Amino acid sequence: MFFFIFRRLAQSILVMAIVSAVSFSLFNFVGDPVNNMVGQDATREQRIEIRQQLGLDDPILSQYARFLGNTLQGDFGMSYRIKRPVDQLILERLPATLELVFVSAVIALVVGIGLGVYTGIRRHSWISRSILSVSLVGVSLPTFIIGIALIYIFAVHLRWLPSSGRSGTVDFGWWKTSLLTVDGWRAIILPAITLSLFQLTLILRLVRAEMLEVMQTDYIKFARARGLAERAINFRHALRNTLVPVITIIGLNIGGLIAFSVITETVFQWPGTGLMFIQAVDFVDVPIMAAYLVFVALLFVLINLIVDILYFVVDPRIRLGE
Amino acid sequence: MLFTKLLTVSTLALTVASSAMAENVLRWTSQGDALTLDPHSQNESPTIAMNGQIYESLITRDANLLLQPELATSWEAGADGWTFKLREGVKFHDGSDFTAEDVVFSFERAKHEASDYKEQAKNVAMVEVIDDYTVKLKTDGPNPILPNQLTSIYIMDKDWSEANNVTSPQDFKAKEETFAVRNTNGTGPFSVVSRAPDELTVLAANPDWWGSDLFPGNLDRIEYRPITNAATRVAALLSGEVDFVLDPPLQDVKRIESTEGLNVQTVAQIRSIFFGMDQGSDKLRSSDAEGNPFKDVRVREAFNLAIDKVAIQRVVMEGFSFPTGMITPPGVLGNTPENDTSYGFDVAKAKALLGEAGYPNGFTVQLDCPNNRYNNDEKICQAAVAMLAKIGVTVNLDAIPKAQHFPKIQKRETDFYMLGWGVPTLDSHYVFSYLLDSEGSWNATGYANPRVDEISRAITSEIDIDKRTAMIDEAWNLIKDDKPYVPIHHQVLAWGSTKNVDIPIAADDALRPRFVVMK
Repeated sequence: MFFFIFRRLAQSILVMAIVSAVSFSLFNFVGDPVNNMVGQDATREQRIEIRQQLGLDDPILSQYARFLGNTLQGDFGMSYRIKRPVDQLILERLPATLELVFVSAVIALVVGIGLGVYTGIRRHSWISRSILSVSLVGVSLPTFIIGIALIYIFAVHLRWLPSSGRSGTVDFGWWKTSLLTVDGWRAIILPAITLSLFQLTLILRLVRAEMLEVMQTDYIKFARARGLAERAINFRHALRNTLVPVITIIGLNIGGLIAFSVITETVFQWPGTGLMFIQAVDFVDVPIMAAYLVFVALLFVLINLIVDILYFVVDPRIRLGE
Repeated sequence: MLFTKLLTVSTLALTVASSAMAENVLRWTSQGDALTLDPHSQNESPTIAMNGQIYESLITRDANLLLQPELATSWEAGADGWTFKLREGVKFHDGSDFTAEDVVFSFERAKHEASDYKEQAKNVAMVEVIDDYTVKLKTDGPNPILPNQLTSIYIMDKDWSEANNVTSPQDFKAKEETFAVRNTNGTGPFSVVSRAPDELTVLAANPDWWGSDLFPGNLDRIEYRPITNAATRVAALLSGEVDFVLDPPLQDVKRIESTEGLNVQTVAQIRSIFFGMDQGSDKLRSSDAEGNPFKDVRVREAFNLAIDKVAIQRVVMEGFSFPTGMITPPGVLGNTPENDTSYGFDVAKAKALLGEAGYPNGFTVQLDCPNNRYNNDEKICQAAVAMLAKIGVTVNLDAIPKAQHFPKIQKRETDFYMLGWGVPTLDSHYVFSYLLDSEGSWNATGYANPRVDEISRAITSEIDIDKRTAMIDEAWNLIKDDKPYVPIHHQVLAWGSTKNVDIPIAADDALRPRFVVMK
C-alpha cells in the first residue's frame, strides 16, 4: 500500500515537472510583457533595461531553472500587472473559484442524477424525451453562449438576478464566502448553472444509460418477482449499482470544472483564479500564468492520486495484480 | 401602543431609505481596472483615469480638452522654465496642507528610475521653490508645450509618502508590494472607501475639496465595477445595474440607443489608425520583389489610393470612424482640414502608378496586424488585403495579439503593419518625435526626411507660437507628399449611459466626475 502511494507520488512529481516545463516554454510565444508594463512613450533603452532586469533575454532553460528554484522555495514572484505577490493573489481569488465549482458540482450531481433516474425509468414519456433533447443544448453549445443567454434572460429581461460579479461576501479569516447571504446566492446562481450544464448533461446521460442496462439485469427481474415495491427496486437496487461509474467520472471532472471556470468566470466577471488567468494571458503576466498552471496541474495530480487510492481500496483486483 | 411603536420604526426606516436614495451614486463599468493606485507607477489609461479622481496635477484638461487650472491657479513661461502659482488652502485627504514642497517631491518621484512617467517628467529639469505657493519648473532651454506635458503627473503628499516608505514607485525587482499600491492620499474630489481589484472600487466625494462649489458635478459616491467581457458589460447597462458604460462595443451601440431610458454619445477620439510601410530597408523581408518597392513614393501613393477608406467606414466600422489623410486627428495642434482630407480612392490610378514604378504585376508582402487592440483592427486589415489585391498586390495577413505585434514594430522587424496613435499632449510634437522622426522609437517605416527631423527637434524649443505652428504645418505638408504611412481613419468613441445622468463625453476617453450630474 505504502509502496503503491509512494510510486504514485513519484510519478506525480514527474508530471508536475513536465507540465511546468511545457507551460513555461509556451510563454515565449505569448508575446512581450514589457510593452504592457511601460507607457507608449518609454524609450527603446528603457524597454531593453526592463527586459534585462526581468531576465527575459536569458535562455529559456535558465529562466526555467530560476523559476523552478524560486518555486521550490515557495516564491512565486510578483505579478507584472498588479505588482503584488502571486501566491497572495491566488489565495485571495481561490475561494471564489472553489465556491463556484462546489455549487456547480452539487447542481450537476443532484439534477443530473435525478433526471437520469427519471428518464431511465420513464423512458417513453414525453417529459423524458424533452429533457433529453434539451440536454443536448448542454453538450453542444459553448459555455460563453449559454452564459450570455442566461444573462439576457434572467438579468436583462426578467431582472431577477444580477448579470455579473460576486456580492454579499462575508469574511472568515482569509476566506471570503458568498454562500451565507441572499445577495451572494443571487450572484452565484447564473455562473454556477452555466458551469454545471456540461457536467449535468454528462451525468444525466450516464445515469440514464446505466439505469437502462441495470433494469434488464436478472437481479432486478428477481426483485420484481419477489414483489418488492417499485420505489425500492428503482432506488435501492438499480440506482446504487449505477453510481460506481458516475463517481469515477465526477472525480475526474472536478478538475474539468476548474478548467472550464476560466470561461464562465470571464463571462460573469466572477473574481476567481480563472478570470485572473485570462487577464494575465492578455497582459503576458508570466508569473501569474506560471503559478496558475502549476496550481491546476497540482490539483489534477492530487485528484488522480485520490482516485487511484480509492480504486486500490475498493477494487481488490488491483491489489492482487501487484 | 405597539402600533405607534411600529409606525415610528417604519417611518424611521423610510427616512433612512430615502436619505440613501437621495445620495447620488454613479455606478459605472469599463473593460479594465486600474492596475495600481500608485499615481507614478503605470502610464496606462484606466490607471490614469482612476487615479485622476483621487489625485490631482498642476494643470488638467476639461471635457473639451482645454487646459484648466487644477493645483496651480496660473502659470507663465520664461526663458528657462515656467512659473506656477499654487492654489492656497488645499488639503490632502488626511488633512495635511498642500505646499510647494509636495510639488518638488512629486516631480522627483515621477522622475525616479522606477516611474512610468519619467519620459514626461524629464522635461522638468528641476523644481525651484520660490515661496510656499510659487514654484518654478526649470527646463533645459525654453519649452513651449510644458503645460501640455504635465496633465497626468499627479501630486502626492511628501510627509505621507515618507511616513509610509513610498518615496519612490515600486520597481520591477521588488519582492513586496508597496503601501501606495492600495492606499492613497490625494487632494482630489474623491477618496477611496474600499477597493477590491477587478471587482469593485468605491469612491466617496471629498467634502473638503477646493472645487466643490466651482463644478456642476453632484456625485456623492462612485462605484466602479470593471467587466472584462463586452457582452456582459452591455448587459449590465441594459439591466439597469450600472448607469454608465465607458466602452460599449460599436456593434452594440444601436441596440443601446434603441433601448428606452438609455443614451449613447459619440465623439472623434484622439487616436488615428494607419498602416506603416518600411521604406528604409534595402530589401523587404516578406516580399518576392527585388529590393524594396516601398522606397518608391509612387508605390506608397498607389497603396494610399487603393484602399477605400469610405468603404471601411461604412462596412467595417458601421459608420463609427472618420476617414483621413493624416495620422493625427482634429484637436491636435497641426491637424488641418486640408491635410486631414483623405488621399481618395482611385484603383486605375493606383494600378498605373505601380506600373510606372516597375511593378505592373504587383508583388507580395506580409501585413502585420494586431487583433485585440483597436476597434475592428483585424477586420480593417482583412478589408485592406482584398482592396490591395485589386491592384495586383498579394498581401499575406498575419493578425496576432498586441503583445506579439508591438514588439515587431519596436524592433523594426515588419515590412507593412498597422498601428494606432493617440496624442496625450495634443501637440504634433508627440507624433513627430515617435512616428516621423528618423530616430523615433515607434517609427518602423525607416522614413527619414532631414527637414522633418529638423522641425521635429526645433519645435521643442521654439517659443514663438506663430513661427512654431508654421513649422509644424510645413512638416505635415512634406509628410503629405512623402506618404510614409497609409492613414485610414480616426477612431470614434461611444459612451453609453442612462438618461438620468449627464456625463460630458471627452475625446481622450476619460471620465471626469466633477462634471457629472445625476438628475
